[in-house]
Amino acid sequence: MKTILKSLLAITVLSVVFTSCGNGGSKKGAQGALSGSAAEKVYVAPGEHDEFYAFVSGGFSGQLAVYGLPSGRLFKVIPVFSVDAEKAYGFNEETKPMLNTSHGFIPWDDSHHPDISQTAGELDGRWVFINGNNTPRIAKIDLTTFETTEIIEIPNSAGNHSSSFVTENTEYVVAGTRFSVPYPQRDMPIEEYKGNFKGALSFISVDPEDGAMDLKFQIMMPGFNYDLSHPGRGKSHGWFFFTTYNTEEANSLLEVNASQNDKDFIAAINWKKIEEYVNNGGGTKAPTRYAHNVYNETTHTATSTIKEEVVVVDPSEVPGAIYFLPTPKSPHGCDVDPSGEYIIGSGKLAAELTAHSFTKMLAAIEGEKFDGEAYGIPILKYDEILAGAVKQPGLGPLHTEFDGQGNAYTTFFISSEVVKWKLGTWEVVDRKPTYYSVGHLMIPGGNSRKPFGKYVLAMNKITKDRYLPTGPEVTQSAQLYDITGEKMELLLDFPTIGEPHYAAGCPADLLKPNSKKIFKLEENEHEYAVKSEAEAKVVRDGNEVHIYMTMIRSHFAPDNIEGIQVGDKVYFHVTNLEQDYDVPHGISMIGANTSELLIMPGQTETFVWEPKQVGVWPFYCTDFCSALHQEMQGYVRVSPKGSSVPITYTLDGDAVDAE
Amino acid sequence: MKLKVLVVALVVAMVSSCGSDGKKSDKKAAPKEEKKEVVEVDPMKDKGIGPITSVTLTEIDQAMADKGKAVFSAKCSACHKMSKRFVGPALAGITERRTPEWIMNMILNPEEMVEKNPIAKKLLAEYLSPMANQSLTEEEARLILEYFRTVKEK
Repeated sequence: MKTILKSLLAITVLSVVFTSCGNGGSKKGAQGALSGSAAEKVYVAPGEHDEFYAFVSGGFSGQLAVYGLPSGRLFKVIPVFSVDAEKAYGFNEETKPMLNTSHGFIPWDDSHHPDISQTAGELDGRWVFINGNNTPRIAKIDLTTFETTEIIEIPNSAGNHSSSFVTENTEYVVAGTRFSVPYPQRDMPIEEYKGNFKGALSFISVDPEDGAMDLKFQIMMPGFNYDLSHPGRGKSHGWFFFTTYNTEEANSLLEVNASQNDKDFIAAINWKKIEEYVNNGGGTKAPTRYAHNVYNETTHTATSTIKEEVVVVDPSEVPGAIYFLPTPKSPHGCDVDPSGEYIIGSGKLAAELTAHSFTKMLAAIEGEKFDGEAYGIPILKYDEILAGAVKQPGLGPLHTEFDGQGNAYTTFFISSEVVKWKLGTWEVVDRKPTYYSVGHLMIPGGNSRKPFGKYVLAMNKITKDRYLPTGPEVTQSAQLYDITGEKMELLLDFPTIGEPHYAAGCPADLLKPNSKKIFKLEENEHEYAVKSEAEAKVVRDGNEVHIYMTMIRSHFAPDNIEGIQVGDKVYFHVTNLEQDYDVPHGISMIGANTSELLIMPGQTETFVWEPKQVGVWPFYCTDFCSALHQEMQGYVRVSPKGSSVPITYTLDGDAVDAE
Repeated sequence: MKLKVLVVALVVAMVSSCGSDGKKSDKKAAPKEEKKEVVEVDPMKDKGIGPITSVTLTEIDQAMADKGKAVFSAKCSACHKMSKRFVGPALAGITERRTPEWIMNMILNPEEMVEKNPIAKKLLAEYLSPMANQSLTEEEARLILEYFRTVKEK
């Protein structure tokens, strides 16, 4: 009997343990199997990895930040359009050409809309593209190195905002101008805007093998503001959709004057038709100037080329390729659902969300259901193409993403909330507040045929009291919601760099196996690379001195250099001989008017030092590399101009030697 | 009484499996307190830890040794000189002091060697700069070994 009692007790105790285990320790079982404390859902234990990568635009920092989800931990800030002293981006000789433009070297931009490359409408994790808004550019980041490897300037464009979204097989990355400008650019009165200003929509082809970008053609559209865009997918593959505002073509006080029309347009562009036209010799080769900058991973060096011609297409040359879909009140977001059927227009000032039907659009084109035209482009009849509208969803709709389960999630700037609604029935299912004034939102893969509908990331425009105050300027803010249940659940606030606009996310498993660990020394073709200490040397060429230097734990070779003179231009070409993961070395020189270098294993980088004072000046390693890191240093002797001290260089008292 | 012990044990097991929350245990175990090593190892019997378990040596192959010298110059000579202590130990005559397997494992698997192999641990304590993993292939390590066989201690 006693034994039986004990057994029963044991079973009871065990079931309690089992039960609490199954619930994840939660008392909120009523909210569904996946509910639990928010802290548990975002907790990634020390040494564990996050499930998703999130690439969050750095806004006015010009960069791209890499976060883990659900933890919200910041892993890396990838320099794209702005110089970054930490990584010597834009400071070392190798990356300066990346920031060249037709206006010269520009150390900053405003980065907005990252988008991950796709194959067959699904994320393929090869590259992420992002637009520079101010001096129009599109950048490509290689997701094996997480480095910017190509930047192309967009001519005839200004406020490069309806960018940088990719087509279903990354055939093109698309860049649309927010501000229309005179075409061609010229000295003219601003009040003659109407009819003389044009809006360029640029299609940049992407090589399927190596990702090389090429500005294939520009469509010179009427002088509206082209705000955002998204590609067709599935059935609507081959089309691209752009929201417009300021169809009034106002050039002053747009706040009032561009909000007059009851409806503006979504421009539907059949890019396949225009591509075919261009491939057959259509379009005009127009003179222009833009920079195309390419970073070569083998030479570890970027080159900048100025191009002087672009193919432009006037919409009237390709009838049947472009239509306007009337959309209420200055639409901002332009989002296409995973099936490619619904095109969602978010009228910033409208009381409802508009969903156009792609099927109905094709039928209306077929049946010529037109409501006039604008600059020769047919305007389709609103009622003929409308799929439905979400009534009274909130105030100030901006952007929509999809979970792949038939739900859409839209941000509302004015009423500060994310609203979940159903595609097809247009009913609102749930709404959750954001803190505060949300702009974009992101579901990993939410702009593809295959979303990973587990989390939505909301990126806010205003932070106010969400964190400890840090004076008048406070950090920017993002918020993570669990969307696996019927109702959304706010899990986490985390700070972001710059002002985040759009973001792109994908499962970590898509990128993790391809992430490069080192650069192989054998493959290093940098012009000034040295691959062993025996090859290290110092060469004078007039007043230029080239130091071919190596670094390994924990010394430089050579580390004593004499024969440098005031007025010389001294190039430090430094190769990291390490071939092990996570062993970068840094180098910095007293008085050098530039940043440090941070050199990855197998890589070569260069900085320039122009010594101004006689003396013996040290340099040292800036990245703590081993127990003897503090010993990693050297000296350069600087003599007066014209001195007879010869160039000599040593390591450990010997001329640098291998054995 | 025995049953009670069993029950307690089971409950503890359940609770701890709960704590790990079903996560895969592919992560590294936390470093354990190592016992003091007191056993003296004969270096000429110690094969070290790593991918190399057996090397059969025959006559020195000079062509291999020449290739090995080239690899050594490119990847190793920044820290090792043959005739003198540098960042790491002098290497002339090394094949008379260590087994071929130990040498190759030290080249190919230095992280684990300096963590677990008593001789390698002692070397790290003396030299402080950890032996760098230069990501060589087994074939390259074998070539270097052949080169080492040609350099005797003076």
